[in-house]
Amino acid sequence: MISIQIELDDHTAIQFQEDLLEKIHETGAKGVVIDLSTVDIIDSYIAKILGDVVKMSDLLGAKVVLTGIRPAVAIILTDLGIRLNNISTALDLEKGLAKLKQDLGG
Amino acid sequence: MIMETRSSVPINNEWDIVQARQLGRQISREMGFGHVDQARITTAISELARNIYLYANNGEITIEPIVNLGKKGLKITSRDKGPGIKDIRLVMQDGYTTSGGLGAGLPGVKRLMDIFKIDSTLEKGTNIVAIKWLR
Ligand SMILES: Nc1ncnc2c1ncn2[C@@H]1O[C@H](COP(=O)(O)OP(=O)(O)OP(=O)(O)O)[C@@H](O)[C@H]1O
Ligand SMILES: [Mg+2]
Repeated sequence: MISIQIELDDHTAIQFQEDLLEKIHETGAKGVVIDLSTVDIIDSYIAKILGDVVKMSDLLGAKVVLTGIRPAVAIILTDLGIRLNNISTALDLEKGLAKLKQDLGG
Repeated sequence: MIMETRSSVPINNEWDIVQARQLGRQISREMGFGHVDQARITTAISELARNIYLYANNGEITIEPIVNLGKKGLKITSRDKGPGIKDIRLVMQDGYTTSGGLGAGLPGVKRLMDIFKIDSTLEKGTNIVAIKWLR
């Protein structure tokens, strides 16, 4: 299982996406927790990248849980009309890990 | 201290998008916007600046505190001399994109802000004004 906390900005977002997929591939991780508690805005560009990360990780056999989404960020995603429909989320890192364990069946 | 003058950020590359966003965050904080509205303003600037960069290559974001009938607000203007927009009704629809994006930017900015006006002429460019009132 990989757990990462990220400072997502425009320059690092694509790099983050590539690095994470590499890491999943190398380690054969079955689950990834991405903690967004330090991210203060998510615009449509970053939202797209995050959504893609979840889909691509899925292709590599790893399940992603997003944790620590700030209230302001949740409000903005709603204003932008962006739904995290098929994306698993949890309040904090601890709950995210618990959710992953449960989803991965043990 | 409230900056009464308007500030402009030329948008020529991705770093300028971050620059415009940071300035918007700073000015909205100084004006006393709550932190959710600060985030709304910052996100709106990010969307408009990225659209300039993506579709017009360059342009300018202007951020300006305004007062109207005793009501304070922050006015964001996005200007470019890019290709312009043919069908404004179409680009204001959620999910419409010509770049493989989410198509969430423009309709999103309209919802994030209180006033939203878009004015565009083909081959001349695009002007967008968005205002958030201080509550
Ligand atoms: N400044 C502009 N000049 C010319 N065309 C523009 C401009 N801004 C937006 N457009 C057009 O309007 C469409 C919709 O813009 P919008 O910001 O809503 O979505 P997007 O940029 O495609 O995706 P997203 O913002 O979700 O990443 C764009 O795909 C583009 O065709
Ligand atoms: Mg856009």
